[in-house]
Amino acid sequence: MNRVLPVLTVIGVIVVLWYAAAVWMNRTWVYDQAARDGATVSFAEMVPATLNQERPVLPTPHQVVTELVKSTFGMKVTSKKSLVYHGWVTLSATLLGFAIGTGAGILLAVGIIHNRAMDLSVMPWAIASQTIPILAIAPMIIVVLNSIGVQGLVPKAIISAYLSFFPVVVGMVKGLRSPDAMQLDLLKTYNATGGEVFGKLRLPSSMPYLFASLKVGIAASLVGAIVGELPTGAVAGLGARLLSGSYYGQTVQIWAALFAAALVAAALVAIVGVIEGRVLKRMGMAR
Amino acid sequence: MAPVIEAKGLDLVFQTADGPVHALKDVNLTVGKGEFVSFIGPSGCGKTTFLRCVAALEHPTGGTLTVNGMTPDQARQARAYGYVFQAAGLYPWRTIAGNIRLPLEIMGFSKAEQAERVERVLELVELAGFGKKFPWQLSGGMQQRASIARALAFDADILLMDEPFGALDEIVRDRLNEELLKLWARTEKTIGFVTHSIPEAVYLSTKIVVMSPRPGRITDIIDSPLPKERPLDIRDSREFIEIAHRVREGLRAGHGDEV
Ligand SMILES: Nc1ncnc2c1ncn2[C@@H]1O[C@H](COP(=O)(O)OP(=O)(O)OP(=O)(O)O)[C@@H](O)[C@H]1O
Ligand SMILES: [Mg+2]
Repeated sequence: MNRVLPVLTVIGVIVVLWYAAAVWMNRTWVYDQAARDGATVSFAEMVPATLNQERPVLPTPHQVVTELVKSTFGMKVTSKKSLVYHGWVTLSATLLGFAIGTGAGILLAVGIIHNRAMDLSVMPWAIASQTIPILAIAPMIIVVLNSIGVQGLVPKAIISAYLSFFPVVVGMVKGLRSPDAMQLDLLKTYNATGGEVFGKLRLPSSMPYLFASLKVGIAASLVGAIVGELPTGAVAGLGARLLSGSYYGQTVQIWAALFAAALVAAALVAIVGVIEGRVLKRMGMAR
Repeated sequence: MAPVIEAKGLDLVFQTADGPVHALKDVNLTVGKGEFVSFIGPSGCGKTTFLRCVAALEHPTGGTLTVNGMTPDQARQARAYGYVFQAAGLYPWRTIAGNIRLPLEIMGFSKAEQAERVERVLELVELAGFGKKFPWQLSGGMQQRASIARALAFDADILLMDEPFGALDEIVRDRLNEELLKLWARTEKTIGFVTHSIPEAVYLSTKIVVMSPRPGRITDIIDSPLPKERPLDIRDSREFIEIAHRVREGLRAGHGDEV
């Protein structure tokens, strides 16, 4: 209960500031309209006229919520206007990309742990890969894959994986190296093989680190999938909604798509968080 | 009888960034079967290093060391010893029984034999019935007993213990010392035991090795005249106090060299 009040307070403040900003930014259009008609508007007349414009500079919260609800619940899910449809397109690419990225990240981490050459060579490349702006590399991936006949879900998933493998590599390397010298010595006294050290000690020890990485990774996956939708010509997906919204000046649509993306991200992170809680509790590692 | 552990002119120099550290210098020691040997001395005198050499976790730079007549590496292959560290180091994701099963799984015991051995050693350390509990459900002393059980599970005839009760309070420690003596009498293992406590060393040991640092070396080896049966109040006897005095003298002498 004592957590609810601060959260509500913060949300309240944000909503108030948002309305103020919407009035401030949308007023120009109201004054321009009035000037064109040769009329003058008072402040009291201006304010209501900023709240429900069709193409506002900044849509008001209730406009965004209305659009969000309408395009989520008010449409058939197969409709091209339904956010559920677009959300699912993006979500499927996100999940596939997340699976690929996580798998690749874990494999790379295992390699880095067990192979000195990989330890020295892979990390700099992984870091370099993340310094290249994803916006620059996404169209290239799409074009290259398209030229070999791969399109649709897979290119987006690959861009998504490109963003999500990195936190997993970093987290898993740290996690797999987390057992201390004493624990490693103990297994040495049993003449344990490298595989046994990995399976019985390193892998279980790395779980808290893995989950921390997965939470970052799944959010990054979503960003990757959305970015991957931008260069495809805006056919489907939340990225496409963003892009077509900006082509046609549909600011309300853009904001609704943005909020939909944020809600999906929050839900995904929350799901990973719940699984994390369950697994770590079972493993006696909950903090 | 052939010695279980025999060190002759053992030397170990660590090459560190600040130059060489002489951790062990000309260490000569013979431990017979069934002996309880304590290593005592100030911090940095090489107690841990010596135990780790026996366990083939460190490799001496000079001299010879045999364990059961073999090199330490061969002895480890032959499962000659169980090692108990200062921290219990139980895996939180395994039950107590699961933790004790760890060496048995690695060494390839059958499922049935694993279960039977786990039961037996749990009994031995007086933890019968706690197999299904997780480590966090046990007190520190019980966790350390579980780690001793883990070291006993595969029937090594040497038990190497590096300050196993160092992190426990005095009362728990007394109890565990008493239990350890009983366990030693029942299993007839050879025990190497590192400690910082003079009463602990005198109470437990048939042989007390007093060491001093820089370079790490043995300054005195005391064969205890105390009987094998040792109630806790033996610590008030004249003999006990005399041995404790001699250990203290040995420690002081070692310290004197340094200044
Ligand atoms: N791996 C290592 N590398 C370098 N020096 C080491 C290493 N291990 C131990 N030493 C040094 O060797 C000396 C003996 O260390 P050791 O751990 O055996 O002492 P100890 O008697 O067990 O001390 P304590 O009572 O504090 O546990 C110390 O000076 C220590 O700094
Ligand atoms: Mg030590």
